Amino acid sequence: MSTVAGASAPGAAGPPQPVGAAPRRSSPRSMLWVWLLLGLLALASARVLSGADDIDSPGTLGAALTLAIPIALAGLGGLWSERAGVVNIGLEGMMILGTLGAGYYTFHFGVWAGLLGAMAFGAIGGLLHGTATVVFGVDHIVSGVAINIIAAGAAAFLAEVFFSGLPGGGPTQSPALPNAPSFGVPILSGAASDLATKDWFVVSDAASVVAALTTDMSAFTLLALAAFAGTYWVLWHTPFGLRLRSCGESPTAAETLGVNVYRYKMIAVTASGALAGFAGCYLAVVASSGYANGQTGGRGYIGLAAMIFGNWRPGGLLTGSLLFGYTDAARLRSGGESVHALLLVVAAGLLVFALWQLRRARAAHAVGFAVAGGVVLFWFLATDTIPSDFTQMTPFVATLLVLALFSQRLRMPAADGQRYRRGEAG
Amino acid sequence: MSRARRLGLTLIAPLIAVVAAALVTSLVLLGVGESVGEFWAVVLSVPSSRLMVTIVNNASVLYLSGLAAAIGFRMNLFNIGVEGQYRVATFAGAYFAGLALLPGVLNTLVAIGVAMAAGAAWAGIAAVLRVTRGVSEVISTIMLNAIAGGLVAFLLRELGEQQGQIRRTTTIPESAWVPGIPLIPGEPSLVYGLALLALVAGVGYAVVLNRTRFGFDLRATGASETAAVASGVNVKRMTVAALLLSGAVAGLIGMPDLFGDSHAYGSTIQVGLGFTGIAVALVGRNHPAGIALGALIFAFLSVQSNALGIIAGISPEIVAVTQGVVVLSVVIAYEVVRRYQLRIEQTEVARALEREPAAGSEVGT
Repeated sequence: MSTVAGASAPGAAGPPQPVGAAPRRSSPRSMLWVWLLLGLLALASARVLSGADDIDSPGTLGAALTLAIPIALAGLGGLWSERAGVVNIGLEGMMILGTLGAGYYTFHFGVWAGLLGAMAFGAIGGLLHGTATVVFGVDHIVSGVAINIIAAGAAAFLAEVFFSGLPGGGPTQSPALPNAPSFGVPILSGAASDLATKDWFVVSDAASVVAALTTDMSAFTLLALAAFAGTYWVLWHTPFGLRLRSCGESPTAAETLGVNVYRYKMIAVTASGALAGFAGCYLAVVASSGYANGQTGGRGYIGLAAMIFGNWRPGGLLTGSLLFGYTDAARLRSGGESVHALLLVVAAGLLVFALWQLRRARAAHAVGFAVAGGVVLFWFLATDTIPSDFTQMTPFVATLLVLALFSQRLRMPAADGQRYRRGEAG
Repeated sequence: MSRARRLGLTLIAPLIAVVAAALVTSLVLLGVGESVGEFWAVVLSVPSSRLMVTIVNNASVLYLSGLAAAIGFRMNLFNIGVEGQYRVATFAGAYFAGLALLPGVLNTLVAIGVAMAAGAAWAGIAAVLRVTRGVSEVISTIMLNAIAGGLVAFLLRELGEQQGQIRRTTTIPESAWVPGIPLIPGEPSLVYGLALLALVAGVGYAVVLNRTRFGFDLRATGASETAAVASGVNVKRMTVAALLLSGAVAGLIGMPDLFGDSHAYGSTIQVGLGFTGIAVALVGRNHPAGIALGALIFAFLSVQSNALGIIAGISPEIVAVTQGVVVLSVVIAYEVVRRYQLRIEQTEVARALEREPAAGSEVGT
């Protein structure tokens, strides 16, 4: 794994927290709001300037949320595991197991049993990863790769066993599954939707957000958000969480303080698998209408990327997931046009970044970003739409760009990915 | 520790892994009520000479893929991106050869060079990100895999031509085709001529890694980065070199099929070779002979499993589980053996130390 230096990380990332420091940080949270507001403003401007109305319609934003949650849940799984020092590249595989479990149990026993089944399937994957990495000390990446191979094969094989011959099912997909119950806020939802169609600068865009959040909110979405709040509370506000994170920062120090490092790591990786299973369940039940082979399409990896983007913290992870979910939704809703309009946002962002670099007297960086911004701007002006092949790779390119630009500010748990054996301290 | 014992310990790990994989596969089959006996009867049946040729062909391709991954592994670099590099490279090679800019064999040779360069360039992105921006190559190569898929699909649409249902690059002129090798007498299907690339690459890998300074530096960096730095190795340069080399070898993966059989890059290209290569490298412990064994086992399993659906009514996908379990249990078994070896060595040293003071006192008197 790369060794990201634990340099001080100002700005959005927040100062590195010593293990167990009381989380009294007003700046990152207020920064989040500033970023969200800036994002809204940028979207509104891009919408007006390019005329791509679907760029922030309630439909697109709703789809963005639906697509963001599986990424966010997978990332949350990654967060649990990596906070305890186990790199989990097997998230993708655990997510695949989750989609399969969801398909089987939802079809036979209903939505809630499906959720439990999916989480159980994912947890089995987590348990396997934990056994290999924690008990046997296998390299974390190697074990993760193996789990992804096993999970993809097992899902494809079992899908044929489970779903062949069922009405509407087949060897590669489950029958249509019942959706989780969903809620809306009756009056607010309608009013916001109306306002969103008015085409008023910023106001309509804000109304879009409200409309997206108040219309047809799935119970699973609320549960996922609760999982985020719960994770934040457990990992950062309880002795259990402190011990768990200490296993990811310095397992030998934790060991000397009497923490059973193996047990905490196993709990963390199993929870990680369960959350990835939840992500798979969401994908199969809420984001689509049933299990299908290859449904995850690399979302487990994107979740991992979102977690890194979010600097191994739940708030940042959620922001990253929303960003990736949004690019995915923009591509699905009106494909080329919306992503084309987003080029304008990217160009503006790059140019602003260039100015900022100039102010910090980094001429070379400034020129680099200015040129990049210019190229993107030219691309926007010279074309009308983006080929569907390119829109498909938006989340991956976005991840790569973010990693390239901000990796210096990231700080992963100090002992993340390292082999630990009991009694080898000092 | 005696030589025989050391050898035995090295061989026992893959043996455990194979047994474990067989056990897990059987249990899964039992669990879902399929016939275990029929499964093994089909998979372990003696392949026909036609299937043997297919196995050799697949194994040669997997071997190249395994080598590509292994070059990175020897330096503790996880090039998960073999898949993307292979796709970009095969497209580039096929497109170039299809242009027919050069006559005959020259076209073949330069196209292979183009493919290697393209694979290296794609891996180079991850290398540059790693050394200049500190981005983990694991994440960046995963992203680059997905991007490669989109990029190649786009290029195929722009530069390819429609042939029936399939979009593919211009067919390579016949003068540049590489004839097959009749491996089994009397068998009409032939082994890819460029399967020899696997042999060449394997020998090259062994020589470079074990007999050159570059190989020594590479292994040293993989074993201990700090020690390598202390002995004057430029780790950044080694990282770039290793990833470029890995990408270049990944560029070879598609060549045997391209010049031996399909003669164009089409949307029907075999996917997943890169990931299987990683598994093959892990099973083979990054050793040139080990990777060959791993490639043979994997090729054997996938070719033999094709008949499962027709003969036994079992989905061939089960073999992916077998392969995955082989990988996981191999790495676990090696780890257990390593610990056992370590303990034996420790006790031996302790015993030697116990004898030491006695020897010393004898000298004193």
